[in-house]
Parts: sequence; structure tokens; C-alpha cells
Amino acid sequence: MDGQTSTVTPDGRTIGGVVMEMRNITLRFGGVIAIKDISFDVRHGEIRAIIGPNGAGKSSMLNVISGFYNPQEGEVWYKGEKRKPMKPYQVARQGIARTFQNIALFDGMTVLDNIMTGRLNHMKASILDQAIWWGRAEREEVANRQKAEEVIDFLEIQSIRKTPVGRLPYGLKKRVELARALVAEPEILLLDEPMAGMNVEEKEDMCRFILDVNDEFGTTIVLIEHDMGVVMDISDRVVVMDYGKKIGDGVPDEVRNNPDVIDAYLGVAHD
Amino acid sequence: MPDQLLFAMEVSLNGLMTGIMYALVALGFVLIYKASGIFNYSQGVMALFAAMTLVGIQEGRVPFSHLINSIFGTHITEFGFEVPALLAILLTVAVMIAFALFVQKFVFRHLVGQEPIILFMATIGLAYFLEGVSDLMWGSEIRQLDVGLPQGINGAIDNATFEALGYGFFIDNLDISAAIIAAILVAVLIAFAQYTKQGRAMRAVADDHQAALSVGISLNYVWILVWSLAGIVALVAGVMWGSKSGVQFSLSLIALKALPVLMLGGFTSIPGAIIGGLIIGMGEALFEFVVSSNDLFGAWFGFTFSATENWFAYVLALAFLVFRPQGLFGERIIERV
Ligand SMILES: Nc1ncnc2c1ncn2[C@@H]1O[C@H](COP(=O)(O)OP(=O)(O)OP(=O)(O)O)[C@@H](O)[C@H]1O
Ligand SMILES: [Mg+2]
Repeated sequence: MDGQTSTVTPDGRTIGGVVMEMRNITLRFGGVIAIKDISFDVRHGEIRAIIGPNGAGKSSMLNVISGFYNPQEGEVWYKGEKRKPMKPYQVARQGIARTFQNIALFDGMTVLDNIMTGRLNHMKASILDQAIWWGRAEREEVANRQKAEEVIDFLEIQSIRKTPVGRLPYGLKKRVELARALVAEPEILLLDEPMAGMNVEEKEDMCRFILDVNDEFGTTIVLIEHDMGVVMDISDRVVVMDYGKKIGDGVPDEVRNNPDVIDAYLGVAHD
Repeated sequence: MPDQLLFAMEVSLNGLMTGIMYALVALGFVLIYKASGIFNYSQGVMALFAAMTLVGIQEGRVPFSHLINSIFGTHITEFGFEVPALLAILLTVAVMIAFALFVQKFVFRHLVGQEPIILFMATIGLAYFLEGVSDLMWGSEIRQLDVGLPQGINGAIDNATFEALGYGFFIDNLDISAAIIAAILVAVLIAFAQYTKQGRAMRAVADDHQAALSVGISLNYVWILVWSLAGIVALVAGVMWGSKSGVQFSLSLIALKALPVLMLGGFTSIPGAIIGGLIIGMGEALFEFVVSSNDLFGAWFGFTFSATENWFAYVLALAFLVFRPQGLFGERIIERV
């Protein structure tokens, strides 16, 4: 893989050149080193998994990508350019959407309202346009509503459109969070354990959604997941982390047979 | 109807009008608290500063004239022209927005993630600072504020109630306009929060900072926005209060009136601030009426209360708190274990 030319996967999806690259990232919290000199790349259109035992630094890595943490050392390259240290909202505006391990939704709002916040960056109408509800403001709102409805249909959550999110069960919350990220039409979607705490059926649904998003919209996906079966099934390439270090990187089969990875997983209890 | 009852009705109505003013001040607190978790002690001083600025601009005073004169030995105090009320209001709004930018850039931007008590103390500092700035800019004399709102007893209501009930209600035109303006302000604020993208961003930030960041909302921008809105609300409160009793230092003490309203209505609810304001306003007026308008109370209990306007609101709010610790509309407090 030279990182520039496209390849076609066995299931017929096209994977393009490198869209994001992490170069020698080191992240410390006081004395704790959460990420130790890690490099890897993400290619356009692929599903890239990050796995590793608890506390390995996976969420920290996702937080670095999304601008929630700024690493002490290393560079993030996005679309061929080195990224300056950024605030999370600036990263979001560059087309990188995310979900959280512990779900961050607007509990006081309905499902539809939550999803509509994902469209905020697509609204350009001035406050005056909005005040008189004319021209641009109206067109935008209609277009945004339509996009939201599309995503709602896509994720099969029509029946809870008007439900306040705070009242939803865990599995549905995760789905709404995905919807909010998706509606922004991101280039890269970051998912932090999208299936954690779900039952088998919910997991299957979520798997299907992730694959469909990637397939239908060509969205690049970086995901963290503990369930090995799922990871090996759906991802194109896998980064393995342990104690803040990268101990493996490659297609699922390579990673599965990597002795360091086997050690890490046998040596540490995981769920 | 017996006279006492009619009189009580009139008193309640006037109490409701006063309550609207309380509600306005409380609203300023709620806006900032909801979006940033900051309890803004300086809200009352903001009302004073806004009213002072409005009068100053209207009368064409030179800001910081004392300072300028003492440095350069000049004697300028006025530009020599008056600014029409509407233009002066717009200019004051601009000043309040500039203040919001200042507060965010020089104070709270540097305190992100600090304990609420530290943020609160910063607002105490801000209150003294703004008080000083207000003094330095416009002086500390009492000023008359007149933006052209109607004053005096409303004749129509007086006549109508006299014909219908045989007793004319005295309601001040100023109170009526205050009520109408407050209602419009609240309606506009709610529409803004509900239907504009800025409002959506505001609600998002009020709900969850992390989630708001992840959808591309700049917290800094939203905080400037809520401080600006709180500044505008302060201006409206300052105009109402100032038209009634002159613009002077005591105006900043209306913040003390907002506290019981917030205890009652909850710190995070806009409807709570309004209903809370109305309840406190009316309760206060009625209580005052009961204990002072006749000797009945003294006869029953053998003593009388004085200066009820200073403390009754707190007693009322505390009584409510016993039954609903989160306030009337505040979010339920659920202890997670
Ligand atoms: N904000 C923070 N402040 C201090 N330490 C942190 C912070 N975030 C993460 N850490 C530490 O960094 C290390 C990696 O944590 P991280 O959450 O990235 O692990 P993870 O691989 O996502 O684990 P899990 O599978 O449990 O989610 C841990 O030791 C954690 O305690
Ligand atoms: Mg994690």
C-alpha cells in the first residue's frame, strides 16, 4: 500500500488515498502517558478500527483526532495538510463528526432537535434572514429538515422522532448519537465503542448501519470496538494499542496472527 | 363586591406589574446560568450601567468627562446635542454587546473549566469593576430617564373598572408599558432560542458542552451571545426601573429582588423566572396590603411588620423551597447512586 493509489476491496468498495495521518503522536496527562509516539494513517472510504485492552489509549486517540485533546508531540495531517492545534468545534467544521463512549446528547431536546443540531454547520443564513424567515433561511431550514428526515429513515428511528432523548433506552441513544453525527454529512466519522452495552440484536443493527453508511455515502469511518468478532468482520484495517503504544497495524488477518497482539489480549482481561 | 376585595384586586394587579420587573432581572440571570453555569452577580449593576449609558447618550454627555477634564484641564461635559431615544437605545445595545465581548475575552475565556465558586467570585469582581466604570463614564448623580414611555394613571382602566365595579383601579401607564415590553421581549427571546440557528446553538450549549462542541458549536461565541442578550435584558430592566424611580446606584440592588425569584423559579427555567417574578410581585404586594392597609393584622397578632418589601420575598421563596427544592420549574434533582 503506497497510500496514494486506490484499491478495491473484496466486497467491491473503493478505498482511496490517505485522508488523515497521525505522525508520532504523544499525549500525556501529568505523569500518565496515554499515547506514546504513535503513527498511523486512515485512507479515504475505509473502515479503520482501533482496538486494545481497557486504558490502552484508544479514546484518547479519538479525542486527539477530534480536537478534544491536543497532543504534546506529533502532527495530525488532514487532506494533505498539517493541522494546526484546533478546538473541537473547528475540527467538526472541517467535516469530522464523532460519537462518544459515554454518549453526549442533548437530553432536554427531542430526537429530531438533537439531530437538527448536527446541521448547524450547514446553515449560512444571517440572523436578519432568519428573523424575517425569508429566502435563504427558509430554503436552508427545509433542506436541513429533509436531510434530518432522511437520516431518521435510514437509521429506522421514525417512531421516536418527537421523544425527548433523556427518556430513551441506552441502545436507542447510541443510535440517535450516530444520527446526529451522520446528518452533518461528515467526511470522517469517529465512533467510540458504538456497540458497547448493546444486546446481540442491537449490535447486529448497528453493524449493518455502519457498513451501510460507509458503503452508501462513502464515509470514512474510524471506530473503537471491544467486540473482536465485530471488528474483524467489518473493518478494513486495524490499529492495536496497548499501554499507549501501537503494537499492531494491518488487515484483520495480519493483526489476528500478530504475536504481540495475542500476548496483549491473553495477558489482560478484556470484555 | 366588598371594597376590601376590590382593593385587594387592585393591589394584586399592581403587584403583578412589579413582578414583571423582577422577572426581567431574573431572566438575565437565567440566560447566563443556563448556558455557562455562571451565576452572574453583576446582573444588577449591568442594569444600572445600561440605564446610565442610555441617559448619558440621550443627553449628549461626554463619557469619562471628569477623567478627560482632570487630565487635560479642559471643561467639557456635553457635546451640546441630544440623541433621539431610539438611536440612543440602539447605541446602548451596541455598548452592552461590546461589554459582552470584553467580559468573555478578558475574564471568562481564561476561566473555562474552573469551579463554579471561582466563576461566581469573578462576577463579583466584575460587578465592582462595572460600577466603577459606570461612575467614571457618566458620574454618580441621580438622573431622570425618559424614553417617551407613557406615565401616570391609566384613565381608561380607571373609568372602565369604576363603571363595572363601582371602584376605579389605579394602574400606572408605565407599569402597563413595562408589562407589554417585557412580554414582547420574552416572546422574542423564546422565538430566537427555538427557531434560529444561534438559538439552537444556545440551547445545545445549555444542555451539554461536549456534545455542542462535537457538532461544531463554538462555546466562546455562544457565551458572547448570552452575555449580549443578558445585557439587553439588563437594559430593558434598567429602562423600566429607571423611568420609575430615576437612574441611581440603588438600581443595581434590583438584583437582590431577582434572587428570591430564582429560588422560586429555578435557575435554569425561563418560564420559571417569569412565573416566579409574578408570584413574588403579587405575594409581596398582597402581604404588604394585609399587614399595613388595616389594623386587622395588628389586632389579631398584637404586632406589625415593617419594611416587608425587604424580606417577604425571601420568606415566600423559602417556603416554596421546602416543598420543591429545585424550584417551580427547575430540572428535577435526581441523586445518582
Ligand atoms: N482527561 C484525562 N485526564 C487524565 N487522564 C486521562 C484522561 N483521559 C484519559 N486519561 C488516561 O489515559 C489513559 C488512556 O485512557 P483512554 O480513555 O484513552 O483508554 P481507552 O483505551 O479508551 O480505554 P477503555 O477501553 O476503557 O475506554 C488512561 O490511563 C486514562 O486514565
Ligand atoms: Mg475508551
